[in-house]
Amino acid sequence: MSEIDAPADDATSGAEGEQSIRDRIWAVASASDIRLIAVTLLAIYAIFLFLGIVGGLDVNGLYSSLERVTFFAAVYALVVLALNLQWGYAGLFNIGVAGFMAIGLYSMHILTVQIGLPYPVGALVAILITSLFGALVALPALRLRADYLAIVTLAFAEIVRSILGSQRFAELSLGGVDIGFGGATGPDGVLPDPVKFILYEDPYSLRPESNAFGELYFSLFDPFVIDDSTAEGILYALFLIVFVGLFYFLLVRTGNSPFGRVLKAIREDETVANALGKDTRKFKIKAFALGSALMGLAAILWYTKRGGVTPTNFEPEITFFIFVALIIGGAGSNTGSVIGGIVFGALLFRGPVFVERIINRRLEADADPTTIFDAFTGIDPFIVYTTDNLSALRVVLLGVVLIILIQRRPEGLLGNRKEIASSIDLEDRTGGEN
Amino acid sequence: MTTTATDEDVATDEDSRTVTDENPDEAILQVTNLQKRFGGVVAVDGVDFEIEPGTVTGLIGPNGAGKSTTFDLITGVQNADGGQVVFDGTAITGRRPEQIANRGLVRTFQIARELSEMTVLENVMLAPPHQLGESLWRSVLPGFRGGVSDQEAELREEAWETLEFFAIDHLAGEYAGNLSGGQRKLLEMARVFMTDPDMILLDEPLAGVNPTLEERLLDRIHELQSQGYTFLLVEHDMDVVMNHCDPVIVMHQGKRLMQGAPEAVRQDERVLEAYLGGEVEQ
Repeated sequence: MSEIDAPADDATSGAEGEQSIRDRIWAVASASDIRLIAVTLLAIYAIFLFLGIVGGLDVNGLYSSLERVTFFAAVYALVVLALNLQWGYAGLFNIGVAGFMAIGLYSMHILTVQIGLPYPVGALVAILITSLFGALVALPALRLRADYLAIVTLAFAEIVRSILGSQRFAELSLGGVDIGFGGATGPDGVLPDPVKFILYEDPYSLRPESNAFGELYFSLFDPFVIDDSTAEGILYALFLIVFVGLFYFLLVRTGNSPFGRVLKAIREDETVANALGKDTRKFKIKAFALGSALMGLAAILWYTKRGGVTPTNFEPEITFFIFVALIIGGAGSNTGSVIGGIVFGALLFRGPVFVERIINRRLEADADPTTIFDAFTGIDPFIVYTTDNLSALRVVLLGVVLIILIQRRPEGLLGNRKEIASSIDLEDRTGGEN
Repeated sequence: MTTTATDEDVATDEDSRTVTDENPDEAILQVTNLQKRFGGVVAVDGVDFEIEPGTVTGLIGPNGAGKSTTFDLITGVQNADGGQVVFDGTAITGRRPEQIANRGLVRTFQIARELSEMTVLENVMLAPPHQLGESLWRSVLPGFRGGVSDQEAELREEAWETLEFFAIDHLAGEYAGNLSGGQRKLLEMARVFMTDPDMILLDEPLAGVNPTLEERLLDRIHELQSQGYTFLLVEHDMDVVMNHCDPVIVMHQGKRLMQGAPEAVRQDERVLEAYLGGEVEQ
């Protein structure tokens, strides 16, 4: 094992002798990147706390809102990281993100709930299945230019969604085992989120009993008047943060390597990569398979907690949300992807809903206007009317943000940074082995 | 540098080819009856030539003579409609560009194709063949990455030396897209050398390069020639071709017009006519 896993920085330079795990994780990205992510998240927490306090939320409500913000920030960060490998690094224009997410989640449901595989095995196989589909869809990418690949992937995602929602495949059986997709309402049974396994005796039941750890964990929150579901959400949020860390670690290592260098070369000019002796086909397939696998896993972490297993969760909209988040963060940057995911998930996706909730709470809408005429009968009805439609206005907000961004900062928040694709610091010539 | 065979002396030309067919080591690159048409346009119309190892061969001809297409056909960027290319004793016709490059035959492009949103160092570090870290697992899995980093440290030194050789080491950390036209040409050359080639095809390496830089580039080419590298270069600057290339191959209308020493080319009537736009009697 080499002492240098990534460009050394101030945090690692002091490491002596054996490197601790912490140092290694620290070495993956410069400490300043992790600080940047942390500061972004804390700033967003501050905004939500402020709004929450102004809106008169109680302690439980405040924790609950932070837990939700973290959830959306994290799940978006996960998928954005995965897309960054395909689009940001290799320039593979995959607009079938929703399709790969759906395959991951549905495979998981069928394997664990319907076939009865153990949960972790089911997850692993589901991830493998998604990556196989990724590799399969990448095959046309070997010959197609970016825009045509976009058509192929979009079509793929829509085919996946139609098949999953179709009545024809709602009930299927393989050797007596039901492997049907359940049509428009999704398959039967409950696919629990992974954290339920930590807290409950039988996570598959609808009203599970807490196990010993669950009892202990929930009792920790009693003094703060935080209910069990919020407490569970907080644990889930922490769980997701760990996964964002793992994705980040994996993708930074993937990007900062000769492998990542070839991916970037494919993005910049594939003919050159070929002319220099790189078999770009293999690299494209690998990037697609890995990115898709991570999308599948992200979907499992996302929709087992919120949204459930239904085809309507995987409309193309979600793909475009992911793209917008990546563009905000800066395509090609892993740190930017995380920040883009956080900013999008928390502010643009969750923010409007939250604002709507607290304003409505505050005004308690004596007059709840149903039409735009009622809305103009006074200040309060007008505000309530507007905020009632905030979640619908989200898409408009999104458009505005995107236009401003493209005009002012087309490279995204962190897209202009040099993230050198190498396992060592290339410019530090003397920086040999340590 | 023994080849001085020209079309004027068909017999010698034929003789030398038979010899090289029997001793594949003699010619590093043999092109036989190469053909390519785009719709109704015949871009390359049965081109034959041979390149001796350790030479700097010039490939000249008026615009549209088929020089760049010939390069594309040799390096697999485009597929030939007919004919054969033999490199170092192996037929490489129809092989993929990366396979040809990995055999030691690499090229640069007429318009420099730098990887603009990668730094100069990243550009150069991309080139070395068969890097351990090009395997996804080795790059990611703990325990393997150490080996990747070690190899990268070695290549880094090589990369810096190459950049120094081409005098662009002061730009190492810059994005390649920020380089001037001439610097991009140098970068392309540096990148090509990092692939550890035997033979290099240079497509107009001096276009847009200022005279100082041009001298430097030509010096580099001769320096590398003395180390045993073989060059084939397309160039429009006649002074450069006449002073630095031997032999010179002249193409016209998709065919080889002649091949010979610069002196012979300079005095050839047909070459003059081709360049002045007159009709050529075949």
